[in-house]
Amino acid sequence: MKAALSRRQRVALSGLGLVVFFGGWEAAVRTGLLPSGMVPAPSSLWQAWLDEVHGGFWQQAILDSLSHYALGLLFGSVLGALIGLLCGMVPVLDAFLAGIVHLLRPVPGLAWVPFAILWFGLNTSGATFVIAISVFWINFYAAYAAVRSVDPELYELASAFGHGSFLGRLFKVVLPASAPGVMAGLRTGLGQGWMSVVAAELFGVPGIGARMMQASSLLATDVVVVYMLTMALLYAVTDFLFGFVRLRVLRWQA
Amino acid sequence: MSDATPLARLDDVGLSHDGGETFILRHVSLNLHKGEFVALLGPSGVGKSTLLRVLMGLSKPSEGTVTGPTDDGGAAEGRSAGKRRAQALVFQDARLMPWRSVLRNVAFGLEGLGLNRQEKRERALDALRLVGLEEAADRWPKRLSGGQRQRVGVARALTVDPDLLLMDEPFGALDPITRNSLQDELLRIWQQTHKTVLFVTHDIEEALKLATRIVVLSGSPAGITGELTIGAEQKTPDSPAFRMYAARLRAMIAGEADPGGAPYWRSAEI
Repeated sequence: MKAALSRRQRVALSGLGLVVFFGGWEAAVRTGLLPSGMVPAPSSLWQAWLDEVHGGFWQQAILDSLSHYALGLLFGSVLGALIGLLCGMVPVLDAFLAGIVHLLRPVPGLAWVPFAILWFGLNTSGATFVIAISVFWINFYAAYAAVRSVDPELYELASAFGHGSFLGRLFKVVLPASAPGVMAGLRTGLGQGWMSVVAAELFGVPGIGARMMQASSLLATDVVVVYMLTMALLYAVTDFLFGFVRLRVLRWQA
Repeated sequence: MSDATPLARLDDVGLSHDGGETFILRHVSLNLHKGEFVALLGPSGVGKSTLLRVLMGLSKPSEGTVTGPTDDGGAAEGRSAGKRRAQALVFQDARLMPWRSVLRNVAFGLEGLGLNRQEKRERALDALRLVGLEEAADRWPKRLSGGQRQRVGVARALTVDPDLLLMDEPFGALDPITRNSLQDELLRIWQQTHKTVLFVTHDIEEALKLATRIVVLSGSPAGITGELTIGAEQKTPDSPAFRMYAARLRAMIAGEADPGGAPYWRSAEI
């Protein structure tokens, strides 16, 4: 094996990769290798973005999408992690729900869109519902697996020192011991949530996805790409911020 | 000593995990008196740890009765009055919670006793001081050596001010030098605190060094196959008294091999 790259080298190489990617793309469009009607040149994106910002569409789309994202993530993560934790802790509940879980688990979040529209309409609630469902399962399984892998000897320790009750085990053992797994689930859900945002909005709920849909129907490919990059940026920011929370909660793992 | 009401007792205790078909423990009776340091000696896997857990109330016996010290029993005085636990357990593997600092690991058993933050902190620090680890209070368990982890386990048990301290081969996994120094410290702590200790070990020399009384658990199902009271003369390593007792303990442990033969220590019993 070759020697591992230093952090500096890795960052430099990754920057070089991006330059090559955008440079090659620009060159391909300018030389006519890629038809400019189908693919926007990267150099045209700046102007497209400024137009979106001046019209106020960009800010509004982000605000709309962020609210769907935050609400869907909140409901999906909290319910998923909570029910996952309980199933991991209570065998009776686990067995009772096992059949239902197997029935519902394979249904993709997007398959719920017809019901989202029917039950909630083309609005924030409908989008939130679709996002929450897709985030729910990730957190459910992450929390469930985390509880099942808690060292059983820690339960004995809790009993020996007066914390053998259900609540004692939950708060003194299960929650802290499964925190790394639950946090990993939350983080995966954070990414999955952005994918679902676009999907949920493509059907007409205002937001980034809806704006992309409008732009593509007008063949404004540069606007579509602007919003693709916007999503990437938003994901990077949320993931970065979550990194701080995670570091704080899991200080002991450092 | 034996006439006084025992602090804790096992009366004809049996334990079976298959509804009485096979027994792990059978007909075990044992009295623990206040201030004693009892070593429970026996081969590995015989059921010593299981017996400890029965006494601790972590396993229910299939037969017989277990009487432990009660929470308000003993002479609860001073600041720990009522804010203590009757028994505490030290595990072989230290069993610290990796997400808690050393101090908060020690304070684990204090939670739920109605102590305020400051009281918990002070009592946990006192216990850490007793095991010589005060300066490690804010460290994470993974930063500790094996010996230090075990000290934290001892401090966690001591800080609840138990009447009965149960120790499950606490030094079994340590290197000889660390083990020796922890044994010395345990003796010092025992002399300072006058706790009643039940110490599980499979090491005859360790039992002779630490205990005032040694109880041998052996056989299958396991039962008590002998016991010896240890005086000062038996505690001097390599002295004739030490060697004689070591030989008798070995015979008691091996007693299971020849259940028909009359164990020779009966006649030699004091």
